[in-house]
Amino acid sequence: MIIGVGNLYRSDDAVGILIARKFKDMASDRISVKEQSGEGTSLMEAWKGYDRVLIVDAVSSGASPGSIHRMDASREPIPSKFFSCSTHDFGVAEAIEMARALGQLPRQLQLFGVEGKNFQPGEILSSEIEQAIELVADEVFQHVSTS
Amino acid sequence: MTKKTIKVDYLARVEGEGGLYIKMKDDAVVDVKLKIFEPPRFFEGLLRGRDFKEAPDITARICGICPVAYQMSAVHAMENALGVKVEGPLRELRRLLYCGEWIESHTLHIYMLHAPDFLGYQSAIHMAKDHKELVERGLKLKKAGNQIVSLLGGREIHPVNVRVGGFYKVFSKQEFKPLIETLKWARDAALETVRWTAQLPFPEFEQDYEFVALHHPEEYPFNEGRIISNRGLDIDCSEYEEHFQETHVEHSNALHSALKERGAYFVGPMARYSLNFDQLSPMVQEAALAADLQKECRNPFKSIIVRSIEVLYACDEALRILQSYEKPERPYIEVEPKEGIGYSCTEAPRGILYHHYRLDEQGKILDAKIVPPTSQNQKTIEDDLWKFVPQHIHLSQEDLTWQCEQAIRNYDPCISCATHFLKLDIEQS
Repeated sequence: MIIGVGNLYRSDDAVGILIARKFKDMASDRISVKEQSGEGTSLMEAWKGYDRVLIVDAVSSGASPGSIHRMDASREPIPSKFFSCSTHDFGVAEAIEMARALGQLPRQLQLFGVEGKNFQPGEILSSEIEQAIELVADEVFQHVSTS
Repeated sequence: MTKKTIKVDYLARVEGEGGLYIKMKDDAVVDVKLKIFEPPRFFEGLLRGRDFKEAPDITARICGICPVAYQMSAVHAMENALGVKVEGPLRELRRLLYCGEWIESHTLHIYMLHAPDFLGYQSAIHMAKDHKELVERGLKLKKAGNQIVSLLGGREIHPVNVRVGGFYKVFSKQEFKPLIETLKWARDAALETVRWTAQLPFPEFEQDYEFVALHHPEEYPFNEGRIISNRGLDIDCSEYEEHFQETHVEHSNALHSALKERGAYFVGPMARYSLNFDQLSPMVQEAALAADLQKECRNPFKSIIVRSIEVLYACDEALRILQSYEKPERPYIEVEPKEGIGYSCTEAPRGILYHHYRLDEQGKILDAKIVPPTSQNQKTIEDDLWKFVPQHIHLSQEDLTWQCEQAIRNYDPCISCATHFLKLDIEQS
């Protein structure tokens, strides 16, 4: 299953959703595609019953905009720099670590984080993110086809 | 003379971005600031010129945790302005939707945000490693609330089914059936939650608050009632601005609210409970008394028990509504635009949420005013800290800081809600 996480009205935060939409046509008995806001408890529900899950989300870790962070969440904990920067609700990294503590992680969980630049309200992507989209989509495609 | 400061740059386990600053001189507190630096968000400004029908969906965007509260205050204020009253099953469905939001929001706070304080964990994730079943129960209970909102509201966050006059779509008794089974389990789990929260360790910290909440003679309040307090306030929502005033303080992007005559006041579950104990259903009253909660609770650390009581009530009330539900003939009543002023206060999970709109003859919004619960509690949160710190000055810096954060989390503050406003003064010469 491919889960795109993000908010279409928060500029670069839309990237996860936009990438997931590229795979909508691929959705079949073998692959499902879902869109999620990033609220942790819903995310834990969304992947229930799936064995192999790939999440695409925008991240803000200080790396250069458009760079891709690939994390095998089923093997290692999500580094703390990817947790909600401080106080916001229960997000993607928290959901993954909570599921790990509860023994509810999918057997394979891959996280693709696309470094964003601008998370202000708006519907326009930064040019770096615009350029990265095809690249990330290709990688997602390769990952899905080979795993 | 020794000087000491407690500084928390980013408060954890609250909604939104805020910090804490406390300054002490020789064990006396000389300054307390609950800093809210999440940027203001222009909502009252951007409502101007929009159609009255758009207010519920626009204001719902103020908060992802309590969007139903914004929708409910918006529709009731618009109906007040346009001279419409929604009754019968549509009114019941609105209560049902609110039950869903209370269950979701309170359960998230009880299990994920507040419980780690009492059990000595940094976060719910750390807590889950040792208390797996507890956390699983919390997540499942929260999901029961989500289920109500996603079915009746059309989706889990920022529901799309609410409109001025009622709903876009209503459901048959049959369609609600699966919810009844879920809620029967949820009510049992909520009762377990009450029993569990009741035995947590609480510091002695009884305070003399002015509690403010809605009050309705026949029901525990969601959407309707007079605004009352334990010090004699008893007003209609339309009189709110005569009694309450908002002021700007430098350290907060959320306006501080106060009673004009008496200053700080307290809104939220503890105020609601203490002013409306008699309106709870008998089984909920019994559970509260068995949990050693008096009919009035004045220790904010015990708000976790009160929230669990309200979750129990919301499950019980949702079941009552569903079991007696008959599908209304029409999902909404027609509402015609006209010139008018409307006021409403409803009980968001964190306390009263006030909306006030002025409409022109086409139903366009001329002015909007929104006062969310967290901005109303800011002064009281700071007052608690002024009193709490001297009593616990013997603690290590680390423990005292933790307990101060816990004292803030007692209020389940929603900073995203509190910073919805913008006051822009332009001086022209």
